Amino acid sequence: MIVRWVAVAALIVGAAVFPAFAGKYPVKLLQEILIWGIFAMSLDLLMGYAGMVSLGHSAFFGVGGYVAALALLKSPGVASGLLLPAAAAALAALVIGYFSIRVSGVYFIMLTLAFSQMFYAVTFQAAWLGAEDGIVGVPRLNALGLDTAKPLAFHLYLVVLIAVGALALFRIVRSPFGRVLRGIHENEARMEAVGYAVDRYKLLAFVIAGTVAGVAGSLYTQFVGSITPDAFLWTTSGEALLMVIIGGTGTLAGSMLGAAAFILLQSLVSSYTERWMLILGLTFILLVLFAPGGVVGALRGRVGIRS
Amino acid sequence: MPFLLDLFAQALNGLSYGVLLFLLSVGLTLIFGMLDVVNLAHGSFYMLGAYAGLTLIAASGSFWLALAVAPLVVGVIGVLIERSCLRPLYWRGPLDQVLLTFGLIYLFEDLVKWIWGGRIRSIPPPDLFSGSVTLWGATVPSYRMFVIAFGLVMAMVLWLLIERTRLGAIIRAGVFDSEMAAGMGINVDRVFTGVFAFGAGLAGLSGVIAGPIQSAQPPMGATILVPALIVVVVGGLGSLKGSLVGSLIIGQAETFGKAWLPGASMLIIYLVMALVLLLRPQGLFGRALK
Repeated sequence: MIVRWVAVAALIVGAAVFPAFAGKYPVKLLQEILIWGIFAMSLDLLMGYAGMVSLGHSAFFGVGGYVAALALLKSPGVASGLLLPAAAAALAALVIGYFSIRVSGVYFIMLTLAFSQMFYAVTFQAAWLGAEDGIVGVPRLNALGLDTAKPLAFHLYLVVLIAVGALALFRIVRSPFGRVLRGIHENEARMEAVGYAVDRYKLLAFVIAGTVAGVAGSLYTQFVGSITPDAFLWTTSGEALLMVIIGGTGTLAGSMLGAAAFILLQSLVSSYTERWMLILGLTFILLVLFAPGGVVGALRGRVGIRS
Repeated sequence: MPFLLDLFAQALNGLSYGVLLFLLSVGLTLIFGMLDVVNLAHGSFYMLGAYAGLTLIAASGSFWLALAVAPLVVGVIGVLIERSCLRPLYWRGPLDQVLLTFGLIYLFEDLVKWIWGGRIRSIPPPDLFSGSVTLWGATVPSYRMFVIAFGLVMAMVLWLLIERTRLGAIIRAGVFDSEMAAGMGINVDRVFTGVFAFGAGLAGLSGVIAGPIQSAQPPMGATILVPALIVVVVGGLGSLKGSLVGSLIIGQAETFGKAWLPGASMLIIYLVMALVLLLRPQGLFGRALK
């Protein structure tokens, strides 16, 4: 146990002091990994623990990103950069979840996909959101004496926030609530029979995951300085999904590793070839066919996975 | 009167889009009913159909030849996909298969970009239907009238095939309960492959047909997937009738949305979907869930 905590602390400190040793580009890569990693972890909470495979997680990433962009352009406070995007994403998750959790399995997949593409359609057409060009020139958060326009301040802000988010997710899956989610994953009917309000647990999991995804989206907007309808596109959900699968569903930490593998591979491959999507697709297919437990699962020598 | 004329012209547009969606969603719904797989790569088959059609037209100069051959090409691709990728996953449950078909979207989209390039390619309508016709005072491209007629005839043929032939009875048995069908001595494996290839071929067919209306471009597969999924959600998964009614509803909803609410046109079909889900979660003609 102590070993684990020391390792976690070392990882966080390592990420925080990374800019002292590395150049600009590796730092940018690390930041991208952290943002996508926490996004993928929130999806893993749904997929790996609650057993709800969502193909529309981009909805909350995008809502967080857009709300952050709009709010930060008005004022660069904590409310704009964090609270409002999180609240908006939570609300979106509540509404989408209300509709989607009434069904399960493939129906759930189709609904979440359709809902996320609805946001894409709306932002793509909405002139006040910049239509297909999105919102550009978004300033970074500047509050509580922390001006994240400065690179180092932004890095620390990112590391701390994502560490808090990740630890919260770890705490959640180990809590009684997380155990109920796993129970639902294993056997929904039984959980219902022993008296758990299954739908309420699923909805809460959906809202938590959506909220974290919204924060990730907000951080992404601050990282890039802009947001476009593409944030909502099915590819965004697909990339997060692939990160989760690479790392192995139901491992949380695996999702962060998956994000790292994904982004490092992307930056490596895209300097050699334009066929990145092809490689993504093949990776998807090969992983599903031959390593359903993900890389972490394969390393553990686990064969097969619950479906 | 101009209002009524506009209404009529829009309704025809909606109908032609609707039958296109029908050809797509029939495959989705049959494949789901049979294999329990929601084939997210179904839109990719549609895209492959359009591009295969493009090449066949360029090579032969005949739209009709393309219309006949492209679906076969896509059907063969369907056989290969089902045999190589989906078959090993049947014992693992539907979610892995859905994820796999999701990966196929990436694969096919990039392959198409690689082979045909990323820009928009238009497919000319056949000479026979390159003009327009005047129908009760409304001017409509004659190709659209052909699409409507073709789609309705296909719907009828499919209905006869599935409801009135022995093959159709086998498919219905497989959709209803594939284990039982296997127990009755039906070679379910072969029927699975056949249905998957048939659905893929129909998607390819609708891709060729859509070519002269919507042009061919790489994201078209992913773009058409969502309306097609909404159709099966609205109509009810696994139901032929639901697929037809759902397609016609969504076709009209999207077309009238574009004409009357240009700022929010893309929202309309989602509102229709949400409404149906609230009132009838299993879709209009779907079997009860769970």
